[in-house]
Amino acid sequence: MTTTGAPVAPGEDDAPAPSEPRYGFPQALWRGMGRIPVPPPLTPRTWRSPLRGRWLTSVFGVVLLVGLPIVILTGLLSYIAYGPQFGQAIPGDVGFLRLPLFDWPTSPSWLYRLTQGLHVGIGLVLVPVILAKLWSVVPKLFAWPPVRSIAQLLERISLLALVGGILFELVTGIMNVQYDYSFGFDFYTAHYWGAWVFIGGFVAHVAIKLPTMVRSLRTGGPGRWLHDTTAETVPEPLDDEPGHSLVATDPSPPTMSRRTLLGTVAGGSALVGVLTIGTTVDALRPLAVLSPRGRSYGTGPNDFQVNRTAFGAGIAPTVGDGYALVLRGGPAGEVRLDRAALAGMPQHTATLPIACVEGWSETRTWSGVRLRDLAALAGVPEPANAFVQSLERAGPFARVTLQGNQVLDPDALLALRVGDDDGGPMADLSLDHGFPARVIVPALPGVHNTKWVGAIDFRSA
Amino acid sequence: MGWFRRFYGENPLHLLALLGCFALVGAAVLALYPNPSALTIAIWFAAAVIGHDLVLYPLYALADRSLVLTRWVRRRVSSRPVTVAATNHLRLPVLGSVLLGLIWFPTISGGGAGVLFFAAGLPPAIDYVTRWLLVTAVLFLASAVLYAVRLGRAAVRST
Repeated sequence: MTTTGAPVAPGEDDAPAPSEPRYGFPQALWRGMGRIPVPPPLTPRTWRSPLRGRWLTSVFGVVLLVGLPIVILTGLLSYIAYGPQFGQAIPGDVGFLRLPLFDWPTSPSWLYRLTQGLHVGIGLVLVPVILAKLWSVVPKLFAWPPVRSIAQLLERISLLALVGGILFELVTGIMNVQYDYSFGFDFYTAHYWGAWVFIGGFVAHVAIKLPTMVRSLRTGGPGRWLHDTTAETVPEPLDDEPGHSLVATDPSPPTMSRRTLLGTVAGGSALVGVLTIGTTVDALRPLAVLSPRGRSYGTGPNDFQVNRTAFGAGIAPTVGDGYALVLRGGPAGEVRLDRAALAGMPQHTATLPIACVEGWSETRTWSGVRLRDLAALAGVPEPANAFVQSLERAGPFARVTLQGNQVLDPDALLALRVGDDDGGPMADLSLDHGFPARVIVPALPGVHNTKWVGAIDFRSA
Repeated sequence: MGWFRRFYGENPLHLLALLGCFALVGAAVLALYPNPSALTIAIWFAAAVIGHDLVLYPLYALADRSLVLTRWVRRRVSSRPVTVAATNHLRLPVLGSVLLGLIWFPTISGGGAGVLFFAAGLPPAIDYVTRWLLVTAVLFLASAVLYAVRLGRAAVRST
C-alpha cells in the first residue's frame, strides 16, 4: 500500500507554459515577498493530499459549469415570475440590473414548479460538489507569495465575489427554505444582490479558467485518473511552481482513489437529493425526514403545505359568516357575490400544481369559478390586469396584481374546493388554505395565489 | 502585446473579464448600499467566506488528519496485514452525516421552528436531532455492512 509519490511524467501537451513570465510588474515586490520565510499553512508542504490537481478540480468544475447556470437562470426567472412590472418582485428598485420583462406565461402549468424546483433542488444537490471544489483548490488560498503579478492580484479579488457569492447564496437560501431568518435582513433583497455579485465572479472565472479546464480534462482522460486503485494513485504532474500548484509537493500515501473521491461527492449529492425529492414529489414526502416540508398535516384533501395560517394572517374562523366577494372595475360599479352565489356559478375543475419559491410543490385538483367568468360578470371581459385583495390586512402577500393572461387562462380559478391529484374526494378549502375562496393560477408563484380573497379589481388598459 | 503580458502578467482578455466582473459587482454593491441592512449583509457575506475557509475547512482537515494518523499508527503498531482498509468506511459516513448536519442545521437546531409554527401551523413536535442521528446511524450501518462483506470476500480470496 505504499507509493513513492513521485509525479508521473507529464504528457506532451500538459507541460506548464514556459513562455509565461514568473513575475509580472513590479517584479521586485513580488519576488521580495516570495523570499520572506513563512510558516504553515503558507508553505507548500502543508498540502498533503495526493489527489489534488487540475484534472480533479476540472471534473468538479465541469459539473458546476453545467449546474450553476441552471441555478442562476431559474433564480432570475423566479424574480420575473413575481411580476416586477407591478412592483411586486423584491427588491423592487433594481436600478441598472433590471431584467428583461415579459409576461410570465401560464402554460405549461408546471413551469414555475419546474424552474423553482430546479433552483432549490439543484442548489442543494450541488452543495457537496461546491465543498469538494473548494477543498480541491484550497492550497491556492494560502499560496506564497500571494500574488505574482497585477493580473493575479485582480483575479484573487474577483475570487472573493465568486467564493463569497456562492457561499452567501447557499447560506441565505438554505436558511430561507428552513424558515431560519436569524440573519435579520430581508432575504429576497440579499439573495438578489448576492446573486449579481456571484454572477460577476462566476462569469469572469469561467472566462479565465475555461481553457485550463478543457486542457486538464483532455490530458487526463477518464482512463488515466479514474482507472487507478488506491494503491496505484499518484499525484498529477506539477502544473505550476511549488507553492502555487494544486499538486502536493510532499504528498501523503493515498488513502482513497480518485474514483472513490468522486463517488463520495456523487454519493453526497445523491443523499441530499433523496432527502429533498419528497418536498416536490408528494408520494415521497415521508423521505424528506430533515425538511420542514416533510410533514403531513393529516387534513385529507387539504393535506398540503401551508405557508401562512389563518391565525398568522389574522383571519378569524368566522370569516365565512356574511362573506361577500367584491368585484370592481366594471362600468356598472361593484358586484357583490356571497359564497352561495359563487358556488351557484358554473364550476370549473383543474389539476394544477402549487409551487413555492422555497422549492416545494404539490399537485392538487381545484374547483371553483373561472377568473375570466368573474371578469365578465364585473363587466370587464378583457382586463389588462386584475388587483386581488385578501381579507388579510397586513402581510406582504395580502394583495397581488395578476397579468391579463393570468386572469384569462381557462384554468385560472377562484377556487372553492380542493382534492388530491388522483380523483379522490374533494372538500371545501380549509381555513388555512384560504376558505371561503382563494386564487389558483397555472404557473404562478405560490404566494401570489391569494387566500381569503375579499375583492378583485379588474382593470382595463 | 509582449509588453502588456510582461507588465500585467496575463493577456488583455483576462483584464477585460475582470473589469466586467468588477463593474457588475460594483453596480450590485452600489444598488444595495442605501439599504439599511447593507452592513449586516456585508458582514454575513464576509462571515460566509471566513466561516468556510478559515473555520470549517481547518476543522475538517484536522479531523481527517487524525483519521490518517490513526491509520498510520495502526500500521506501525500491528504487524497483522491490512486486508481491507477501514479508513474510508469511517470517513464516508462521517462526511455524509456532517453534510446533512450542515445543510439542515436550521431545522436540526430548531432555528426555524418558531417561524415555521407561525407560517405553517406545524407545532415543533418533531425531534430533528434524533432524526439526524438516526440517518447517521443508517449511514454507519450501511458502511459497516459493506466493510464486513469486503472482509469476507478478502478472507475467501486468501484461503
